[in-house]
Formats: sequence, C-alpha cells, structure tokens
Amino acid sequence: MSTATAAPAWTKVRQQPGALARLFDNKAFLIVICLLPAVGLLMTFLTYPLGLGVYLAFTDQTIGRRGIWVGFENFEFLFEDPIFWNAVFFSVFYTAIATVGKFALGLWLALLLNQHLPMKSILRAIVLLPWIVPTVLSAIAFWWIYDPQFSIISWMLIELGIRETNVDFINSPWSARWSLIWANIWRGIPFVAISLLAGLQTISPSLYEAALLDGATPWQRFRHITFPMLLPILAIVMTFSIIFTFTDFQLVYSITRGGPVNSTHLMATLAFQRGIPGGQLGEGAAIAVAMIPFLVFATLFSYFALARRKWQQGESND
Amino acid sequence: MASVSVRQVRKQFGSTPILHGVDVEIADGEFVVLVGPSGCGKSTLLRMIAGLENITGGEIAIGGRVVNTVPPKDRDIAMVFQNYALYPHMTVRENMAFSMMLAKAPGDVIEREVRQAARILGLDALLDRYPRQLSGGQRQRVAMGRAIVRHPQVFLFDEPLSNLDAKLRVQMRSEIRELQQRLATTTVYVTHDQIEAMTMADQIVVMNGGRIEQAGAPLELYDRPGNVFVAGFIGSPAMNLLQGEVADGGFRCQGGAVLPLPPHAPRNVATYGIRPEHLVLAADGIEATIAIVEPTGSETQVGFRIAETPMIGAFRERIAGRPGETLRVLPDLSLVHLFGPDGRRL
Ligand SMILES: Nc1ncnc2c1ncn2[C@@H]1O[C@H](COP(=O)(O)OP(=O)(O)OP(=O)(O)O)[C@@H](O)[C@H]1O
Ligand SMILES: [Mg+2]
Repeated sequence: MSTATAAPAWTKVRQQPGALARLFDNKAFLIVICLLPAVGLLMTFLTYPLGLGVYLAFTDQTIGRRGIWVGFENFEFLFEDPIFWNAVFFSVFYTAIATVGKFALGLWLALLLNQHLPMKSILRAIVLLPWIVPTVLSAIAFWWIYDPQFSIISWMLIELGIRETNVDFINSPWSARWSLIWANIWRGIPFVAISLLAGLQTISPSLYEAALLDGATPWQRFRHITFPMLLPILAIVMTFSIIFTFTDFQLVYSITRGGPVNSTHLMATLAFQRGIPGGQLGEGAAIAVAMIPFLVFATLFSYFALARRKWQQGESND
Repeated sequence: MASVSVRQVRKQFGSTPILHGVDVEIADGEFVVLVGPSGCGKSTLLRMIAGLENITGGEIAIGGRVVNTVPPKDRDIAMVFQNYALYPHMTVRENMAFSMMLAKAPGDVIEREVRQAARILGLDALLDRYPRQLSGGQRQRVAMGRAIVRHPQVFLFDEPLSNLDAKLRVQMRSEIRELQQRLATTTVYVTHDQIEAMTMADQIVVMNGGRIEQAGAPLELYDRPGNVFVAGFIGSPAMNLLQGEVADGGFRCQGGAVLPLPPHAPRNVATYGIRPEHLVLAADGIEATIAIVEPTGSETQVGFRIAETPMIGAFRERIAGRPGETLRVLPDLSLVHLFGPDGRRL
C-alpha cells in the first residue's frame, strides 16, 4: 500500500473572511449603505423644500427680509381673505369638472381606439399630440384661441354668420373659468385615453364573445364586463389626474394669470402670485400648505380605491 | 333541441380562403366531434355556427332556420371556450346567472337554475368563489354550468379539455358525454385529439386543410377509412401506410419489403395500410428486425423493419426481443386497407 505517499484528498480551504467582508455580510450595515443614496436624494430634493415651505408658512418672511415665527397668523389672515376662498373654490371646481370631462371624453376615445379602425396607429399618435406639446406652448396656443380680438373661434363663428360679435372667452369670470377648464380637459385627454386604452387591451376578447352569446347588448357589455375590469386602472389614472389637475399652474398662469379680478386663481397660482411677485413668502407658503389636506384626501382615495379587489390575481384565497 | 345543417359553407379571412365548402348534417341530439390537425379550420367552423364569425358563402341552419344573419344571442346556442372565458370579476354563481340576469329572469328562477346546474356539476360548495380560486377542472365545470343553465338548443365546445392534465381529461371526457346524453342536447365538439373523438362521438367529422375528409360513426372511420389521411389520423398508434406498387405476387413497398395482398386485390394499389394491432406474430411470417420495444402493459408496441421499410406493430403477446433481433410477422389480410394513387380507398 502506498497510501502514505498519495496526496491527501483535496478539501476546500475555508478562508477566514476579512473584516471588510464580514462588515458587508452584516444586514443592518447593508441596509444603511444601500438606502443612503436614495434617502439622501429624497432629503435634499423633497423633504428639505417641503419642510422649508411648511416652516415658511408659519413665518412672516418676505423676499429680502428674514421672517420671524408668527404661528398661525398667516392662516388666520387667509381665513378672512375672500380671494383665497375664491381660489379654493375654483381649485375644487376646476379639478372636479375637468376630471369628469377628461374621463368622459378619454374613456370614449379609448373605447373608440380599441375598435378595429383603419389607420389605428396614426390615430393613436394624433391623440397623444396634446400631451407631448409642452404645456406652456399649448397654453400660448389657447391664449391666442381665446384672444378677445384675434380668436380664431370668434373669427370662424362670425364668418359662418353664427355670431355678430367676438366671443368673450377670458374677460369675464365665468367664461374665463370655463375656458380654462376646457383647455385643461383638452390637455388631459391623451393621458387618460392612452392609459385606459392600455387597460382595455388587457381584457380578453373571448370575454366579450362569451357575453355576446350570453345575450348582452353593447351597453350591457360595457356595464358588466369592460367597466368592472377597467376599474383598477381607472382608479390609478384618476388619482394621478386629480393630483395633477389640482396642482395645475402652467395653463392658468399662462392664459389668464388668475384674472379677471382674481376670479381664476387656483391655489397654486395664488400661492405663487403672493409669494414671488408679491414678495410675501410666508403667505404664499401658507396657501401652498393649505393644499396639503386636499392632496392627502386624494391620496387616501387612491389608497382605498386601489386596494386589490377580491377577484384580482395574487390575493390570499379566502 | 335542434338539428344543425352546414351546407357548402366557405370562409375567407381577407383574401385567404380557410374553409372550402363544408357540408355537415347533425341530427337532433347528436354528439358530433370535429377533429383534424391544427389550423384546419375547426374552430373557425364552430365560431361560424356560433355567429362569432360571419359566413363568406353557403348556409348554416339551426333547427331548420337559416341563421346566416341571425346575431349570436338569438341563435339559442351556448359555447364553452378553450380558455373557458369565465368573467373574472364575478363569482361562480354570478357567472352562471349572467345570461339569465341579462334576460331579466326572476330571482327565484335564476337561483333554482343555478342550484340545479351546480348540483349536476358538483359545484354546490364553490358558488361564492371567484374563478381564480378554482382549479382547472372546476373552471371547466363552471364554463359548462354557464352553458347548461340556458337550456340551449345546441352546445358548442372548442377544445374544452386541452388545458387539463391527462387524468382529469379522461374523467371530464366521460362527464361531458354523460351530461350530454342526459340532457340530449345537440352538441358540436372540437378537438384535435382523435382518442377524444373516438370515445365521445356519435359522429366524427375529420377535417383537413379546410375540407371534410370523411364523416361517420367512430368505428366506421376506424374500420373503413375513406382515404389515406383519415386512415393515418384515426387510430393510435397510427396505421402503417406503406407506399409502393403491386409486384412479385404481393405489394412491394419502397424500401424493399414485400407484403401479401388479400385475394382479388386491384392492380392499382399505391398505398398499403395495416394497423399495428392487425399485425400478428406467425412462425411462417415475414422476417423483421426489431428497432425498439415499448411495453405498455396491456400490449407491446414494437418498431421494426422489413428490409428497409419501417413499421410499427402492437401485440398482445409480451415480447422479450431486443433491438437487432428478428421477429416474424404477418398482416391480417382481412383487415388490410388498400388505397389508390389518388389516396382514395379501393
Ligand atoms: N381572424 C383570423 N384572421 C386570419 N386568419 C385566421 C383568423 N382566424 C383563423 N385564421 C386562420 O384560419 C385557419 C384555421 O384556423 P382555426 O382556428 O379554425 O384552426 P383550428 O382547426 O381550430 O386549429 P387548432 O386545432 O390549432 O385550434 C388557420 O390557418 C388560421 O391561421
Ligand atoms: Mg382551434
């Protein structure tokens, strides 16, 4: 036997991990290391401005002068301010009407685009147009469309003999409000239509065939198949849409700047108006902070509306 | 209950013809299976009967009434889809009640019908579940329940068992057949599984490339296939189909084997067909070289060569041979199928 001379069976040498390697095996350390960049970014660009805004709302800071802590004074002042209440009213009104309009028209368009149409892809691209144009550009276009003297709509109506005088789009409060809402709807439709179209396309065509055999009319197919199956995505899109509409700034500021006589100020435009051109940073911040409850409400709505429905995939079995 | 007549039906998608004039007569209460290879137009024909595809040419009548322009909901048919097409957001109960709800049936009638269907199909305990909480076989049953609550004149099934595992498939096969016999509802059933077709059908319609190759009772198709296609399609393992010519006092196959012909065989035989189970072991048989032996328990399937011609045999005997060893086999001459140059039975 020559076992004594044979090489011993090879065994893997267990190396002692170095201090650094052990550190990286430590779960707590890893969590901290991995989260740090994200937390840092969020702190710098989200939490700090938000915190600063909230802080400013409780001071009387103006541009160029450090403010002092005034407690709820800004809010008490706003509470008495009819212009502020007007902005609150118009923000809610604007959001409500524009959302209804966007969803009615967007859903209609999505259903239409989901049919077999000739040149479907071109139509879809056209539908997206209002959304890919920068907001300020489309606002300027609307500014011209709504212009008291050079409005193309007025011109057309007069040429066609339907009206004698120019249409008043943005020179009296209510017509200005409706004009802005229409501009917002026009701009918001593509987002709604394309998102809902994506949702519609996930519904299996065989469900419609089954419903057809079950004797469903087109309306019943929409009511009992399309709508319930679209509801989850509808809730998401609606939440986003409400938040974007409520915080809208560009359209209103570019078209009317809040006028005539402050009738079309949204909370966002009023906050800016008071804070930057007006210089009252504290008061502007207070208006912005007053938007928070509305946004929290919209988020809660999304939280509950987005909760998985019982029939959806991926929930426990009881 | 109703008969279904399909007369010279043609279908074109755009400019592509899919069905080239199909005739099927389905008697009242009959169970007809449409079978054929993938893409031959079975689903298309079924969907045309359902009214989900329009009819390019010809005529479809249900219960004597031509339905070419009748919308699906007025044809009084129920269809079970391959993917079941259950409404995912409705419970089993709601799925089954949907058609009655749309028809504004009174609540107690709906409840009674649903209960009755659930009892027949063994779904009583599952009525409040959603489709995704069911197993494949249970979903299949719900899809059938949705069809039977409507008491339609015709049931249409499009490969309803293809998503189930082998064992469940066999079980559901007999359940569907039993249910159909109990309800005596005319049924058109699409499958590409010829065993399903053989075991379930009153009448099998074999389709290929948008045409009907042969229609008839299962055993008729098995015993007297009308052409080479049907001969190869019906039966498992498939029939040995050997090409060659009449020569040397027998049939000389490509590859060299010479097989005996039945007496009075015509001269223009181009294809010689013999089912694996109709080959017998015989001491005076033709010498064959074993290629592979596959015992299934009840029988033994043997792949072998006669000269260079590969064939398959299925024998009741247990065969212990190994590849390379020899075997002596003879075709049962009364069960030989002969086909002419055009592929038709002689
Ligand atoms: N909507 C359609 N447009 C164009 N061609 C189609 C359409 N539907 C089916 N076809 C074609 O028609 C032919 C028959 O299709 P069909 O679905 O009827 O086949 P099948 O016999 O049911 O096959 P399988 O067993 O795979 O289900 C196929 O060649 C298919 O490509
Ligand atoms: Mg098919």
